[in-house]
Amino acid sequence: MVTLSSDSRPIIGRGPPLGARFFFLALVSIALMVLDHRGGYLDVTRSWLQTAAKPLYTVIQTPFQIWYWMTGSFSDRSRLRTENTQLTDELRAARVKLLRFDALTEENRRLRAIRNASQGIGERTLIAEIIRIDVDPFRHRARINKGSSDGVFKGQPVLDAFGIVGQVTSVDSIGAEIILISDNEHAIPVQVNRNGIRTIAVGTGDIHRLSLPFLTIESDVKQDDLLVSSGLDGIFPAGYPVATITKVERNSAETFAIVEAKPLAQLDRSREVLLLWFDRSTEQPATAEVPSGSSTPATRSTPQAAPSVTPPRPESPRQ
Amino acid sequence: MADGRSSGLRVAVTVVLALILAIAPLPDPLRPARPHLLLLLVIYWSLSAPRLAGLMFAWLCGIALDVIKGPLFGQHAIAFLLVAYLTHKNQLRMRIFPIYQQTLWVLGLLGIYEFVMFWIDGIIGSPVTTWLRWLPVLTSALLWPLLVAMLDTWNRGRR
Repeated sequence: MVTLSSDSRPIIGRGPPLGARFFFLALVSIALMVLDHRGGYLDVTRSWLQTAAKPLYTVIQTPFQIWYWMTGSFSDRSRLRTENTQLTDELRAARVKLLRFDALTEENRRLRAIRNASQGIGERTLIAEIIRIDVDPFRHRARINKGSSDGVFKGQPVLDAFGIVGQVTSVDSIGAEIILISDNEHAIPVQVNRNGIRTIAVGTGDIHRLSLPFLTIESDVKQDDLLVSSGLDGIFPAGYPVATITKVERNSAETFAIVEAKPLAQLDRSREVLLLWFDRSTEQPATAEVPSGSSTPATRSTPQAAPSVTPPRPESPRQ
Repeated sequence: MADGRSSGLRVAVTVVLALILAIAPLPDPLRPARPHLLLLLVIYWSLSAPRLAGLMFAWLCGIALDVIKGPLFGQHAIAFLLVAYLTHKNQLRMRIFPIYQQTLWVLGLLGIYEFVMFWIDGIIGSPVTTWLRWLPVLTSALLWPLLVAMLDTWNRGRR
């Protein structure tokens, strides 16, 4: 039973009646929701308020930071040594790969120059840390510690060392919110690396699974195929690994096959992610033909695409 | 009888704590079960300090939650407002209920809250349809007797 209290006299007869106040505040809430959802008029307000909420985030981060600092400074010598050798090995392997990669990039650039197609070079990255706060258990969103003061913008691609993680959905001055590719409101245009088939990978709400609903049963995909971003949305640059196909199920009575893929990025484990800047105006889809069919999205920001054949614009975070 | 200021301080402290606990990371299996602590506090303070914690208070709590959690401004706010309104309407009755009956009422209020959230999610086109989303209603209701016992003791001790 709620007993107490300092002041438990009923509020009847004070101020405007309860119903009227309820009605007024409800109207304000609805107005806020409409403004926010329909027009996005409240982005600035939100960004201010989120900045004001920074102390909360700091309080939550502190125990974790102390823990990282402790484990970092008290880890013993042998562990550091094994870690060191492991990292050296990895670096050596990566260097060898890079040697080949450099040559290939150079060759690619020459070939593109011959074909008169420019490619977005001069990409810039920034490491951001995922803040350990839990926004909603059913949505795959995360907050990072870099915001508009670092030049982060809405719709910016986010990667980790293994593949594409997601994109930025809202920015304030001290941080930004990202949506992961596994969120069931997210879709990313991809192509099969082996043969260039283009399709869309849709998040399922399960962190280890993407679904590819627009592949017909005749399409040439098989298990373990690598999916890379196709760059057709103008948000994600072309050619970055996204997922590997884990399941292809063809039912001859259906038009579309049931295809599932596993994201390559460590969506549940990464603590650090890479924010990517690339030159959108010069970035071209990996294959420059005109997209066709309902399964391929139009480029969002390439003015070169002929408007007459442009299918409806995809909404990459479908909200 | 405590003066209004210290009581106000108590309300503020509990609200800030609840906001922190609303986004503190939990181990994965527990995440869907996180109770709506802030909503329970709004109900509690609406019953025990109705002049301090009116509808405006509930609405501001909702807005705060919208800022740190919500995809949409006003969603938590309107759900909080509705719950606070119903609590204020029935406060004279709810205050004298035995604890089990009070818990059942709170369960009902939480159900209404979750339904409003679910509804608005559906309207803006991003519904979470899994049954797990109703789990916090249960865990929060289970937390209610504990919260009441704790806060009542605290309030009485400090009076």
